Amino acid sequence: MERITLAHGAGGKEMEDLVKKLFQKIKVVKIPDSIGLDNFDDGSSVNVPTSSVVISIDSYTVDPIFFPGGDIGKLAATGSINDVAVMGATPIAALDSIVVEEGFSIKDLETILKSLANVFESENVALLGGDFKVMPKGKIDKIVITTTVIGYLPPNHKLILDSGAKPGDKIIVSGTIGEHGAVITALRMGIETELGNLKSDCMPVTKVMKIAIKNGDIHAAKDPTRGGLAMALNEIAEKSKVSIIVDEEEIPIREEVIALSEMLGIDPLALACEGRVVMSVSPDTAEDILTALHDAGYRDARIIGEVQEKEEGLVLLRTKAGGLRILEKPTGELTPRIC
Amino acid sequence: MSNIQQMFSFLHNRKISISIAKKIHKIADELRKRGYEKITIMHVCGTHEHTITYYGLRALLPENLNVIAGPGCPVCIVPAREIDEAIKLAKDGIRVLSYGDMYRVPGSRESLAQARAKGANVMVVYSFMDAVRIAGNDNIESVFFGVGFETTAPTVASFFVRKKVPKNLYLLPSYRITVPAVRYILQGDHNLDGIIAPGHVSTIIGASAWSFIAEDYGLPVVVAGFEPVDVLLAILEILKCIRDNKAETINEYRRVVKWEGNLVAKRIINEVFYTADGDWRGIGVIPESRWLLREEFSDFDARKIFNIKVQGSIDIKPGCKCADIILGKALPTDCPYYLKACTPQHPIGPCMVSSEGTCSIWARFGGHKVLELRDKIREEVFKE
Repeated sequence: MERITLAHGAGGKEMEDLVKKLFQKIKVVKIPDSIGLDNFDDGSSVNVPTSSVVISIDSYTVDPIFFPGGDIGKLAATGSINDVAVMGATPIAALDSIVVEEGFSIKDLETILKSLANVFESENVALLGGDFKVMPKGKIDKIVITTTVIGYLPPNHKLILDSGAKPGDKIIVSGTIGEHGAVITALRMGIETELGNLKSDCMPVTKVMKIAIKNGDIHAAKDPTRGGLAMALNEIAEKSKVSIIVDEEEIPIREEVIALSEMLGIDPLALACEGRVVMSVSPDTAEDILTALHDAGYRDARIIGEVQEKEEGLVLLRTKAGGLRILEKPTGELTPRIC
Repeated sequence: MSNIQQMFSFLHNRKISISIAKKIHKIADELRKRGYEKITIMHVCGTHEHTITYYGLRALLPENLNVIAGPGCPVCIVPAREIDEAIKLAKDGIRVLSYGDMYRVPGSRESLAQARAKGANVMVVYSFMDAVRIAGNDNIESVFFGVGFETTAPTVASFFVRKKVPKNLYLLPSYRITVPAVRYILQGDHNLDGIIAPGHVSTIIGASAWSFIAEDYGLPVVVAGFEPVDVLLAILEILKCIRDNKAETINEYRRVVKWEGNLVAKRIINEVFYTADGDWRGIGVIPESRWLLREEFSDFDARKIFNIKVQGSIDIKPGCKCADIILGKALPTDCPYYLKACTPQHPIGPCMVSSEGTCSIWARFGGHKVLELRDKIREEVFKE
């Protein structure tokens, strides 16, 4: 099997050959009049059809790098796209930076890169360029990918911030929660046999956001990644200076996630999602958004609660038993390196 | 649906728990009219506190009813001296095998976890069975730090009875017994109106072990399971007893607990251990409340074999209210350190370390805020 050597990251001929080899099989979106990846220039230039630009950068270190429902490449492209999308922007271009460990399989690298490029291509996001480095064996665990995604705010659209939730708003989640976190945790605990058909929910949320924006009025939105739904709701409540009450019975969670959580003694509400949105929407448009999401195939989307004035920054959970508990921010690291 | 699924869907059912809560409100109201300004029920199990806080049950309860946590966390009450002993052994190079929960509890100056970071020989195990397997395989001189209430002692005893403990594995017994602790609380000044007895412990000792509460102290006692409906039913049964002026011993957890308990487990505990007066962290000596290894097993008794000497042990840091919280005399919110200097990330007292500790449970699931907000949020609770 072909392996990565330190020379592959030295910036010379070997690297040029590898990068060309890796990218020749990959389709990249091209923006007219822009300098992109195919130019192999020092940087890139991009024409943006608006004055408001939204940018996000994230590093991805997930372990294991291949998991049911995706791999680190898919995750790296999806994660940064989602960060831009939940702000109400349309992702348009991306940069990546890949650091691999000496000895890494080139075939695996190809697979990972293909996953990454597939997401960008299907989302019509131009991969403008990137960086590639190799670290000596043992100095890094397999591979780390950093992606930057640039998006623009379409004309007459407003930025959607965490701080925009208003009393009376309804809280919607776009689908079942906790699958990515459950899958990674189960793999790490060595109980992948318990996963059954469960897969990571890793996927872009651009379509969900588009439907929601078109059919209603979103005041705040987040993708509940690390810290899960519990963290996302706490951040919205805190930054918006409102309280949020959610009903545990309305929160869509797959049976397998509940079973795994009980087995591992973890709270599914603290498990990461990589393809869901939690949003606070004006009450008069909540049903419209929900219907539109259901019609588009997001059948598990639900209204799970509402925003109230009561106490700033408080998230209350009406439990399955009918009691009320405070949904605190999760503490400690449930499982490190989930994304 | 399987029978088990059906049972759990019943025990988690919101309609059922709300209807029980409404009955609790009705009786509490009657009692208020009869002069009961405050009714206080104590449970003595960390898992009960978890159920109550995790499912937010206090928000379902009437204002004149308090359910408080008593001594229910077995690692919280191990005196610092015994943790210091384990640390001393580990620092001397003897491999100490500890449960994960005990591993992080601070002794006088440090925890086993902190000692290990400085090079002490500590290994986390899940059970005594694990310890037997590990020590049996590698023949390394090891000490098992045996903590727990009536639930963990029988497993250990069974290995001794069957002579399955490897020669190189010793026991540092730090077991404590719940029944004497409850008696100790009831003998002193208290304002309790009823007791919820722990389900797990009762599977071993039987519901009958708690009948002294009704007979000697005239208080109703209900052995309860750990689902929200179990706990609410226990509270309802206690209130009915108070209303009817009866002191009864009721077994709500009949699907698991027998009146006489597990006779085999009780017998082997008795064969391996004897009871002695035991000190509880920050609380003091409670008569006949600990188990120590009988003479015929003294070859396995770490204290006899290693002659461990520790001095100047300090149970509780000045100001920390852990001891009062364990006795049900204070709430976590009464402690000046709670969520200020003492948090789940940086615990000061044992109650904040163990996942069964009242402070830790309250901190993780917002127990303090529910009490503060109880009246403001009551309307949400009974909303259909």
